[in-house]
Amino acid sequence: MGAWLHDSLTWSDAIIIFLWAVVFLFVVLGFVTYAIYFERKVIGWMQLRIGPNRVGPLGMLQTVADIFKLLIKEDTIPRKADRLLFVLAPILCYVPAFTVLAVIPYTEKLYFADLNVGLLYYAALSGISTLAIVLGGWASNNKYALLGGMRSAAQMISYEVPLVISVVGVILLSGSLNLRDIVDAQAGGWFWDWNFLPQIIGFVVFLIAAVSELNRTPFDLPEAESELVAGYHVEYSGFRFAFFMLSEYVYVYAIAALTTVLFLGGWHAPAPFLDFVPGIIWFLLKFAFIVFFLFWIRATFPRIRVDQLMGLGWKVLLPVSLLNVFLTAGYLELFVK
Amino acid sequence: MIRTEELLLNVGPQHPSTHGVFRIVVKLDGEVITEATPVMGYLHRGTEKLAEQLNYTQIIPYTDRMDYVSAMTNNYVLVHAVETMMNLEIPERAEFMRLIVMELQRIASHLVWWGTYLLDIGAMSPFLYAFRDREIIINLFNELSGARLTYNYMRVGGVKWDAPPGWLDKVRDFIPYMKGKLREYDKLVSGNEIFLARIKGIGRYDAATAINYGLSGANLRCTGVDWDLRKAEPYSLYNRFEFDVPLGKNGDCYDRYVIRLEEIRQSLRILEQALEQMPSGGETMGKVPRAIRPPAGEVYVRIESPRGEIGCHIVSKGKAEPYRLKFRRPSFVNLQILPKLLVGETMTNLITILGGVDIVVGEVDC
Repeated sequence: MGAWLHDSLTWSDAIIIFLWAVVFLFVVLGFVTYAIYFERKVIGWMQLRIGPNRVGPLGMLQTVADIFKLLIKEDTIPRKADRLLFVLAPILCYVPAFTVLAVIPYTEKLYFADLNVGLLYYAALSGISTLAIVLGGWASNNKYALLGGMRSAAQMISYEVPLVISVVGVILLSGSLNLRDIVDAQAGGWFWDWNFLPQIIGFVVFLIAAVSELNRTPFDLPEAESELVAGYHVEYSGFRFAFFMLSEYVYVYAIAALTTVLFLGGWHAPAPFLDFVPGIIWFLLKFAFIVFFLFWIRATFPRIRVDQLMGLGWKVLLPVSLLNVFLTAGYLELFVK
Repeated sequence: MIRTEELLLNVGPQHPSTHGVFRIVVKLDGEVITEATPVMGYLHRGTEKLAEQLNYTQIIPYTDRMDYVSAMTNNYVLVHAVETMMNLEIPERAEFMRLIVMELQRIASHLVWWGTYLLDIGAMSPFLYAFRDREIIINLFNELSGARLTYNYMRVGGVKWDAPPGWLDKVRDFIPYMKGKLREYDKLVSGNEIFLARIKGIGRYDAATAINYGLSGANLRCTGVDWDLRKAEPYSLYNRFEFDVPLGKNGDCYDRYVIRLEEIRQSLRILEQALEQMPSGGETMGKVPRAIRPPAGEVYVRIESPRGEIGCHIVSKGKAEPYRLKFRRPSFVNLQILPKLLVGETMTNLITILGGVDIVVGEVDC
């Protein structure tokens, strides 16, 4: 696919690219559908419940039914809301969520865009979604939504920084911002060649900051149910709400894939004798583990407080991630060069 | 200059964390509360006024609906007041049954508190674990009285039903089970850094303030005041058992949390002893006149409910109906300190503090 992007665009290429995008959209939507199902089942089991089991075999169509219900619901816009921004916000939230997925490589062959600044592209675009959350919170003209939106803005600024800096160690080790090169740099046969062990500090900071970027427990302050009812999307209903919901899960997909690529060796097998298993299987296994991990902590942790969240971001994660950059650079300078 | 405005926010009456229909109007400066006004009465049913038209046995179901999380202790305070007025002799078996259900009720009530408090703080799973364990108690009560929440179990002079065959063994089995689960709770929640950071040092007050506001229960004991009516003014059979009254020293939400969990352990201790000392047979209803007419006069009795001191004041004119019936409801009294505690706190701490007070809106509004 990458080769097409460099050729001059012809009609047939354009159609093929478009079709691929549509296929990919359905892959992602399929993921979202079953991620929600998986989350409800996993958390259900952890909480001694059964989870969805009515619609379709084993409840597999529950999410489909939920989305369908959201589609046929009345589309309400509060009278005093800022109409334009209110309508724009869910779209602005969803589009970047989907766009960032373009740079993620799944195997050596299977990738969409082979960008040299892949990581920067991801960080830059995913920031736009937060803008949409602030916008949605503001445009709703609701106090709870406003508080949720403001919290989201503060959280985003505080955690985007350590998130990006924590990856700098990985970039230094592999010498590239291209996600495929980063995976290639982790090839070595054994799982200890992957970045998560040499970059253990960066890995931990990245995971914490990533959960925060996802607005998930224990960092789900913008939509803190017990405080702000639903936070920024309190006034949204029907498909506009579904868009916020979808983009949240698309980001789960994106972060899980990104973690796999950056720290868990992408499509590489954990041991040389396991190489006969196709790379995509390994990728999916690691990816599924990260997704499971995100759901697991959601079932376990209470929510952190706003001021503590800021303190953790600026006073702990940022210095630690800077230290990680320093250590990695020192190591490279002293031992590798 | 940026023009800043105070935000007037209605928290409730329909809000996930107000535990029913309770409303607080808060003025927010950013996320900091500058003024908080509780608004209550959405669940007012006029229990006390209704009681004036009813005879004493008919009032018992109404007490179930006051503090619906702890109906057994409410039952007890009413029948205890009437019995005190009439100088009735209660058969030992009946008194043991009352004590056992009250202590089970205290455990069930604290479990509800524990689960919902963690839910307020943002942890979802403990809520379901607490309800799993509470379910056992609820089933026991169901077997005993035919109801899961509003038991209507006690009567003036005794209890309505004796324990069905095998019931006491089920209670006996529950004790070691619950002890194991408490260890599980501690492992899962009590040492969690996020949780501790959320509740330590939040909502602090000292002993003098607590007494001035008339607080009782864990809200008072968290400041170190040793005041548990089961020890201080033993009623029922509490002077026969050994148990400790857990005390705090900082008067913050963390102390209240620790105390309530420890009270579950102490209740289990009382249950163990009660099951051992309980007579194997005997009457469950004492000799009660056909029409319950307490002599003219007044009485005030108080007992330790899971939420604090619940009192019942009866003014009788010698009729079958009370002339005036007044309940001192601990949730209502404990709530008074809320506006003082909330000033200067953030929106997030509002939920932590309100949850820590442990109110039941049915009892606040009565």
